[in-house]
Amino acid sequence: MPDLPALSITGLTKRYPGPPPIMAVDGLDLEVRPGEIFALLGPNGAGKTTTVGVSTTRVRPTAGMVQVGGLDVVRDPAGVKRRIGVVTQYNTLDRSCTVRENLYYHCRYFGYSGPDARRRSDELLAQFKLTDRGEGMAATLSGGLAQRVQIARAIAHRPGMLFLDEPTAGLDPQSRLALWELVTGLRAEGITVLLTTHYMEEADRLSDRVAIIDHGRVLVTGTPAELKRGIGAETVIEVHVERPGAEFRQVVSALSSVREAQPMATGLRVLAHSREGLLPRLVEAALPYGLRDIAVHEPTLETVFIQLTGRELRD
Amino acid sequence: MTDVRPADQPPEGTPSRPGRAKALPWGAPSPGPRAGYLPVLWGMALRDLRVLRRNFAPFATRTVMNPLLFVFVFTYVFPRIGQTFQPGPIGVSYATIVVPGLVAVGMVFTGISAVALPLSLELGGTREIEDRVLAPVPVELVAIEKLVVGALQGVIGGLVVFPLVYFVPATPVSIHVASWPLLLVVVLLAGLTAGALGLMLGTIVRPQQIGLMFAVVVVPITFLGCVYYPWALLHSIPWLQGLVLLNPLVYMSEGLRAALTPDLPHMHPVAFLSALALATAVLGTIGVRAFVRRTLS
Repeated sequence: MPDLPALSITGLTKRYPGPPPIMAVDGLDLEVRPGEIFALLGPNGAGKTTTVGVSTTRVRPTAGMVQVGGLDVVRDPAGVKRRIGVVTQYNTLDRSCTVRENLYYHCRYFGYSGPDARRRSDELLAQFKLTDRGEGMAATLSGGLAQRVQIARAIAHRPGMLFLDEPTAGLDPQSRLALWELVTGLRAEGITVLLTTHYMEEADRLSDRVAIIDHGRVLVTGTPAELKRGIGAETVIEVHVERPGAEFRQVVSALSSVREAQPMATGLRVLAHSREGLLPRLVEAALPYGLRDIAVHEPTLETVFIQLTGRELRD
Repeated sequence: MTDVRPADQPPEGTPSRPGRAKALPWGAPSPGPRAGYLPVLWGMALRDLRVLRRNFAPFATRTVMNPLLFVFVFTYVFPRIGQTFQPGPIGVSYATIVVPGLVAVGMVFTGISAVALPLSLELGGTREIEDRVLAPVPVELVAIEKLVVGALQGVIGGLVVFPLVYFVPATPVSIHVASWPLLLVVVLLAGLTAGALGLMLGTIVRPQQIGLMFAVVVVPITFLGCVYYPWALLHSIPWLQGLVLLNPLVYMSEGLRAALTPDLPHMHPVAFLSALALATAVLGTIGVRAFVRRTLS
């Protein structure tokens, strides 16, 4: 069987007429494979939500083509909607209804009969550990719980693909962990997941593959490990000094096993092939410039983003 | 309505199958047990009626308050304290004159409070509408579902008001239905007009402007809707008699007047029936278009 991509985006452009006119997505290409968890990682305003909006038929593309499971989002929106589940950035639960009714009526919107919809709602309440919340009004749920109900609702009609737009934005750390577990669990059901996030840790922990996007374009795609390996450095050392400057950068760049020294406001971010013996030499080099702090960590997706754009993810 | 494609719709009772016969290598293609648009829209209607049932007390209170106080003061208190309106040469009680109009107001008011208010919030504030926008039907149909359920709620609103305006007045109310088919058609079209008006207002009025909407739209159309006087009696103020023809409530009042109090002066049925059909079409089209504009960018 030919391996039809779950989601295929070619040359997607979305320009909002404004004023002021905004080029939200600018020639974006992307392919999500069946069964994978795919993360779109980028800062706010990178075009993630617009990309999800077009893929879920709610935003009309200016140019380009988007297909979900081979169906064109512009030509057959109803067919696409039948095959996808969507959790948007906002809590869109039906506040006039109970949690159970949110699930029940969602199933009805997808053509389930009354008894089938009831059975499926019960099943979802149990699966998402919401049984004792079923009769509560959706309006009264906390952020973490509401998000759990939204995901349960989004997969109620057994879609092949689930879109999660910034699923953990605004959640407390505990709810975030619970949600990550839940998303990972969806893999077992064979659901393809596309999630957007500006938390590099979320992309790293959850996804099989990541596309880093900025200014409406994909900068790089790969597994988190591949992307981090692509930096060509084993260690990242951040050196904070009182008097950073070109001279300090020159001195550090000359040290052996330093691959690159990127300027930061308060010092340098040093990408190094190995940290063997480097740390003492770095400390020694930094002392004349007023060493204040030094931090060592492995490369992260944030490092990748900085190397690609020269900016931090959360500017 | 460009995207409505009834051809896609399998006949009722067709065994379940996805809209397109393409097998997908991932997941199960996921129409419910039954495909087609009708079950989807039926599901949305069930949801709206469930919410109506849950909120029936506030719904009914909002609907009856205005007509109840009106008939109480003008047709119960006034006659007892020696104040009366002279209905002119018609020779019936004032209470009889206002019955059709107040029922029409009940319908319009319901169309606004049950459709426009929640819709304005769902579109502009909470984005709750998303779940229905993402249901597997063209977005236009989601708007039309709101209109149709709004019509039904409008009819319920009218039915809630009727016993009040019939039983509260101190003076006799004389109602007789000369033609049940006419009444049925008028109620149906008046309901649709109320639903269409609710849809239009709900899609174009932002939540912050709801108070303004009542002042600028609801109050004028009520007072200038031939509710408290038959349209024919306006002949002594020709410019007003012409101007109020822009108000859809006029045709609802006059239609109900023709059906419930046929002996009072009223417009010709061809006039109010075609005006109601036209109002539904115009308001509905504006509403559906605005709904699409608000939900798709």
